[in-house]
Amino acid sequence: MELLLALIIATLTGTGIFLALRARTYPVVLGLTLLSYAANLFLFAMGRLSINQPPIYNEQITHYTDPLPQALVLTAIVISFSMSAFVIILSLKAKAQLGNDHVDGKEQIKEEPKL
Amino acid sequence: MISHLPLYPLLVPLLAGIFTLMFKRLGINTQRWFSVGFLLLLLFVNLVAFNSTFHTSATVYALGGWEPPYGITLVLDKLSALMVLLTSLLALGAFSYALFERMDTKSLHFHPLFWLQLFGINGAFLTGDLFNLFVFFEILLIASYSLILHGNKEERVKAGLHYVILNLVGSVLFLLGIGTLYGVLGTLNIEDLALKISSLPNSDVGLVAAAGLLLLVVFGLKAAMFPLSFWLVHTYSSISAPVVALFAILTKVGIYAILRVHGTLFGADAGELSYYYIPWVLNLGLLSLIISTLGVMAAHSLKNKIGYLVLVSISMLLILLGINTQEAISAVIYYTIHSTLIAGGFFLFADLLARKNILPHIRLVGGLFFAYALAIAGLPPFAGFFAKVMLLDAAIQNSQQAMIFTLVLTSTLLILITLARTGSSLFYEQKFEHEGVATVLHRRSLLSIFFLLFLSVLLVVFAHPIMEFLSQTAVEIIHLKEMTE
Repeated sequence: MELLLALIIATLTGTGIFLALRARTYPVVLGLTLLSYAANLFLFAMGRLSINQPPIYNEQITHYTDPLPQALVLTAIVISFSMSAFVIILSLKAKAQLGNDHVDGKEQIKEEPKL
Repeated sequence: MISHLPLYPLLVPLLAGIFTLMFKRLGINTQRWFSVGFLLLLLFVNLVAFNSTFHTSATVYALGGWEPPYGITLVLDKLSALMVLLTSLLALGAFSYALFERMDTKSLHFHPLFWLQLFGINGAFLTGDLFNLFVFFEILLIASYSLILHGNKEERVKAGLHYVILNLVGSVLFLLGIGTLYGVLGTLNIEDLALKISSLPNSDVGLVAAAGLLLLVVFGLKAAMFPLSFWLVHTYSSISAPVVALFAILTKVGIYAILRVHGTLFGADAGELSYYYIPWVLNLGLLSLIISTLGVMAAHSLKNKIGYLVLVSISMLLILLGINTQEAISAVIYYTIHSTLIAGGFFLFADLLARKNILPHIRLVGGLFFAYALAIAGLPPFAGFFAKVMLLDAAIQNSQQAMIFTLVLTSTLLILITLARTGSSLFYEQKFEHEGVATVLHRRSLLSIFFLLFLSVLLVVFAHPIMEFLSQTAVEIIHLKEMTE
């Protein structure tokens, strides 16, 4: 299970980085989303993987899963979700105002950037 | 009342943000009065908090009564109280400028966003928990994303897009760093992390070192450390003046985070990892200094120049962090205060020059430019000079002293020449950036700019008591662990 999860995180991170390095805003947004999924899964896995165990500490219970990473992931998911929403709106605004969806706001660099 | 003191610098901006949003329908004037009132309240609260740190050591406030290391803590010590106070002073300058120039009406929610920005910054300074630091970073970031777009120009959307994407990647790296630290050490309280690192088994050293360097990348991105600094000039030169003046503190949040998190986690007791990040900080700081000095010389517009000057001040701070003696740490704080105020004021000033007809007041404005140029280049009688003296003084014992001396002194000279050139082309040849007929400068707008400069002069006038306080602060940072044990 550990290997599987590690592979999933690695795939998500790899594709995320690849997409985040593209020149159009849509793949970049998608890449950022995948990266944040990878980070969330990674954070979750840091509480160690365990199945069918209560996420709470109790005197009688000897085996329990660490509840803190779950709380952290919840926070991180909310934050990354809102950030994704923001960046989508921002890139739509950029597309509307700049007339194209290049991350630099122009189709190709023809002239020296104006200072 | 007084036992909740560390909480007030957070509550005031949060409530102010909520109230200004709630009472938006009563009109912009009500919002303005609300904001002015809350700003004065925040200043008062921060002064009380600052005053309380004079005689006591750090106050650790457990939120909701959950004791550390299980709950989240706020830490009010000399450094965080000072940074919070500095933020509110800078906010006063930036905010009064926005009022004087009526710039707060240019987009819908300037007031609430301004307050949430302050909430995030204050939180990042006060928190004693690594994950909570992440949350406050996100709060200050999302407010800054929206504030960048304030004034709504195409240029700002473009700059905003770069800034947002870069910082989202930064947040992901931050989460990965936090996750690794938690996975190895099982805690996120900064002091508790330091305790765990001091008794770290050998097999885990590599993982923790990697996590620490990941965090250094994140804070370096915030602080605009060299390979991560290319976003700053473009972003800062295109956004509206009161916002960018407030942003002068944002890069310092990165410096503060390196000082607080790395300085505590990988301090003197960290065994094998003790100060392992220092060579990175020092060398990248030196590299930053070269690049940003060249940038100052190459930049055409005044706003771009100031952007690069901010990078120069960041490089100085990184070099001081890299020297890492008690004198250097107190110089870091001293220079942080000075460079934040001056950079904020200079951005406001550049905005006035770009938009207004200054000819009726050319002597006043020219004199002000002269003062700001001296202050930002680090010449007497301004605080930047003392900071540079302290830097060179602290560098004498460093192994890289020759490099530091050469680069710092050359960079100062080059900056001085460039600023002299800028000043003469602005005020002798009168090549202003605005086109056609601009409105005549109103003298009250200069008030905010004078205010920020005046604060920097106060730093010099009261240099002795301030330095005494700062060296106590530095001792407190370096020996944090001994005190908590």
